Amino acid sequence: MKRWLPLLAFALLAVVLGIGLTLDPQRLPNMLQDKPLPEFSAASLDGARIVTSAELRGKPMVLNVFASWCPTCVHENPVLLEFAKASDALVVGLAYKDQPEDTRAWLDRFGNPFDLVIQDPDGKIGIDLGITGAPESYFVDRTGVVRDKHVGELTWDSLSDYARKIQ
Amino acid sequence: MIPELGQFALILAVLLATAQWVLGLVGASKSHQRMMAMTQTAAIGQLVFVAISFAMLTQAFVTNDFSVAYVAAHSNSQLPLQYRYSAVWGGHEGSLLLWALVLAIWTAAVVAFSRSLPDRFRARVLGVMGFISLGFLIFILWLSNPFVRHLPAVPDGSDLNPLLQDFGLIIHPPMLYMGYVGFSVAFAFAIAALLDGRVDQNWVRWSRPWTNIAWAFLTVGVALGSWWAYYELGWGGWWFWDPVENASFMPWLVGAALIHSQAVTEKRGSFRNWTLLLAIAAFSLSLLGTFLVRSGVVVSVHAFATDPGRGSYILAFLAVVTGLALALFAWRAPKIEQGPTAQLLSREGLLLMNNVFLVGACVLVFVGTLFPLLVEIPLLQSLVGARKMSIGAPWFTFMFPFFLIPLMILLPFGPLSRWGKEELSTVWLQLRAVLALAVFIAAIAWILRAGMSAWAAGAVLLSSWVALGTVVWFLRRRRMQLRMGGEQYGMMFGHLGLAVFLIGAVLVEALRVQTDVRMQPGDTKTIAEYTFRFVKLDHYEGPNFVSDRAHFEITREGEPLTVLKPEKRRYLVSGQVMTEPGIRPGFTRDLFVSLGEPVDIETQAWAVRLQYKPFIRWVWLGAFMMAIGGVCTTLDRRFRRRVEADEPQQVAPVRPLSEAGALA
Amino acid sequence: MRAKFSRPSWLGTPWALACGVLLLLLAQPLWAGIEAFPFADRAQEVRYQKLTSELRCVKCQNNSLADSEGMIAADIRREVFDMVQAGKTDAQIVDFFVVRYGDFVRYMPRFEPLTYVLWLGPLLLLPLGIWWLARSLHARAKQAAIQAEEA
Repeated sequence: MKRWLPLLAFALLAVVLGIGLTLDPQRLPNMLQDKPLPEFSAASLDGARIVTSAELRGKPMVLNVFASWCPTCVHENPVLLEFAKASDALVVGLAYKDQPEDTRAWLDRFGNPFDLVIQDPDGKIGIDLGITGAPESYFVDRTGVVRDKHVGELTWDSLSDYARKIQ
Repeated sequence: MIPELGQFALILAVLLATAQWVLGLVGASKSHQRMMAMTQTAAIGQLVFVAISFAMLTQAFVTNDFSVAYVAAHSNSQLPLQYRYSAVWGGHEGSLLLWALVLAIWTAAVVAFSRSLPDRFRARVLGVMGFISLGFLIFILWLSNPFVRHLPAVPDGSDLNPLLQDFGLIIHPPMLYMGYVGFSVAFAFAIAALLDGRVDQNWVRWSRPWTNIAWAFLTVGVALGSWWAYYELGWGGWWFWDPVENASFMPWLVGAALIHSQAVTEKRGSFRNWTLLLAIAAFSLSLLGTFLVRSGVVVSVHAFATDPGRGSYILAFLAVVTGLALALFAWRAPKIEQGPTAQLLSREGLLLMNNVFLVGACVLVFVGTLFPLLVEIPLLQSLVGARKMSIGAPWFTFMFPFFLIPLMILLPFGPLSRWGKEELSTVWLQLRAVLALAVFIAAIAWILRAGMSAWAAGAVLLSSWVALGTVVWFLRRRRMQLRMGGEQYGMMFGHLGLAVFLIGAVLVEALRVQTDVRMQPGDTKTIAEYTFRFVKLDHYEGPNFVSDRAHFEITREGEPLTVLKPEKRRYLVSGQVMTEPGIRPGFTRDLFVSLGEPVDIETQAWAVRLQYKPFIRWVWLGAFMMAIGGVCTTLDRRFRRRVEADEPQQVAPVRPLSEAGALA
Repeated sequence: MRAKFSRPSWLGTPWALACGVLLLLLAQPLWAGIEAFPFADRAQEVRYQKLTSELRCVKCQNNSLADSEGMIAADIRREVFDMVQAGKTDAQIVDFFVVRYGDFVRYMPRFEPLTYVLWLGPLLLLPLGIWWLARSLHARAKQAAIQAEEA
């Protein structure tokens, strides 16, 4: 009986490895899932005022982390533009590790879907949010709780799905 | 034309592998002389055609045939010629073809060097190897074809990854594969023995040289990988416990256990099942390694372009090969124990305790590598929540000593103990002087090296213990004029190599000094008595890159030592930036300089990493010595004696107690 | 970190080429893992090195923070340095990143019920293995004794 143990153990291993093939080892879990959006204060893009995260509560919000040096953000922008027109959710852009003049030029060139653009020039807000790069998007409900997060480019379908969660 | 020929050669190789497999196994079961003879012909034929296929792929690289998609992805017209040769195995498809070629070479070696084997046994061995070849060749043709054309041809290729444009890439994979794939021979021997139904000492004696040489190659392959990472990656690290590294370390650990277990089974006839199981496990771990590297199941810097589809095939193949082997084991492994009895304190007891530590270490590495994957299985996620964890170098470095330290403490007892039964007091009598001397040496090292950590001193103590214990064994053997054959030299080099390795591994980590500083031409920085002076920065253009190069003069207590020239290279085609460190090698220490990033273009200031790495070369020297040990054992004349299958089993005699410390 | 660069005043070919090369190199974000932080003392530097080798780069293919390139890795290293300077403990620094990125970012897994089998399993194999070996040898001896008696 004992001599069948190696085979059984191996069979179990093969099953685990097989399941492993269906998983994505690169995907990081969203640490903010169902948690309040971290407190931060950031300068607005024009530099005129400081925006705090508390101000952004009260309406469902899409927080999009973008940058002028990010090529994928260019692809994503039209989707955000459409969405901003169609939805009354607050669309906030976080200019990540960027210079304000570069951000302004990028928005002028590709279109500005954001109700408000805030700056994160040294990336500290990004780290607090747990991002690894741009573009990344957070979907926050009216009480300020993060309901979902998307890493990478948004498509119209995925954006609509997320938006429903925060209504 | 050439690529098509290569593909056609592969198809022929598939046919011949099928013939080799079928003729081998059927011919053996029917004792059909003709079929068994043709198996050998099929095996040679398979080698010929796989070699032709490999040559055609090489030709495509050398002639810059960018209509072949694989060549376009891994080469470039500006790539220096020697790297065009090695780029053949720089990617997934080509490296698999190398795998198949190495397997065909080992198969041909079995044909050439197995004159002393009975025909049926040889035919079965070749049959099993033919099955494995077939699996790989079909995989290549179906899912990983390097000859696929992409028309219209791109004007120029994407270039070989700059990290791979290096001497290390030329030899590391072939050596590694010679080891990995070489375990298939021991595996095939085990299967053949199980099919035969006769698991006896002959089988093990035939297996031993093949297992030892494969293990020696694997040792060299792993060591080369470590050395290459050290000088190529720019960080100065030599082992990262990365999943792909672990994937090659696991078969090495089990292989080391196997070569010791084989010694017991050969000399005493006992523990046959354990040796069989280890032989199956070693090659299965090689296949598992192939799976881990190419499937995308674990994240690794080494991983080839990962593809779950390909991963599925490899997993299925692994499941079939190992599954059938283990099923055969469960069904036909001997049920009755053989061989004389022994107690725990005896040579076989100690040899098998070594197995506990080596196999335990393998389980450690295995669990550490795959646990993060296990945690992500949906079933477990529903129990523990969405978790993602990492297990890396800090954990492995913490846990590994639990296995290595007891192993090395017990090591000197083994060779000095008799088979069957030994008295502790007898062996201790011979070893207590060794202990005293080892403590003395460690104390001297402690005094000489102010600031030596406890770990470093412990390593000196342990290594001296092992090394001197081996020396004592050697001297006693000489005095008693006992045989010093290949096997004995093998053991000696193997154990001394381990001691040397430990010194390097522990001392370099415990005593190294590293600092990152901003330096501009004219600045100096001193670490560990060495003064580094940044002399100047210049630029030059290489064949396919441009380079910023810094000149560092190194002096020690005022005496000039050397000039190092670390570089920051930008490869023109891929745009990748590479760090080429400047290294001053030495027997007792390396000096290592690498450039970080430019801090200020006007003053030519750069962030620079300076490292002092004591005894790092001992890591690879120790590994090399262990490999030499493997080769010595392989060449032992005893294994080459022609053996009739019915020869009575020989059991190593147990010397009487009166001959204190006798060694058979 | 952005390097400032000014245009060279000479336009002679060799110098222009050299500066062109440097500019080329700078145009790529060269976020190599080597920054020259101004540590207060050696002990602080060693602490920093230990922390950055125990934390994982969040965007790389299995590199520690110390061995990684890329912008986010450089930013996180900067944070680690700032926190070391500010006097935070190792545990506090690691926890800071675990809160934001999860246990993924720790190379040393926690010792908790989920990981008991990880930490203790392999270690238990040692006494278990020796016990099994001893038992197997003993059983063999017993069997031989029985056979000897019967003979």
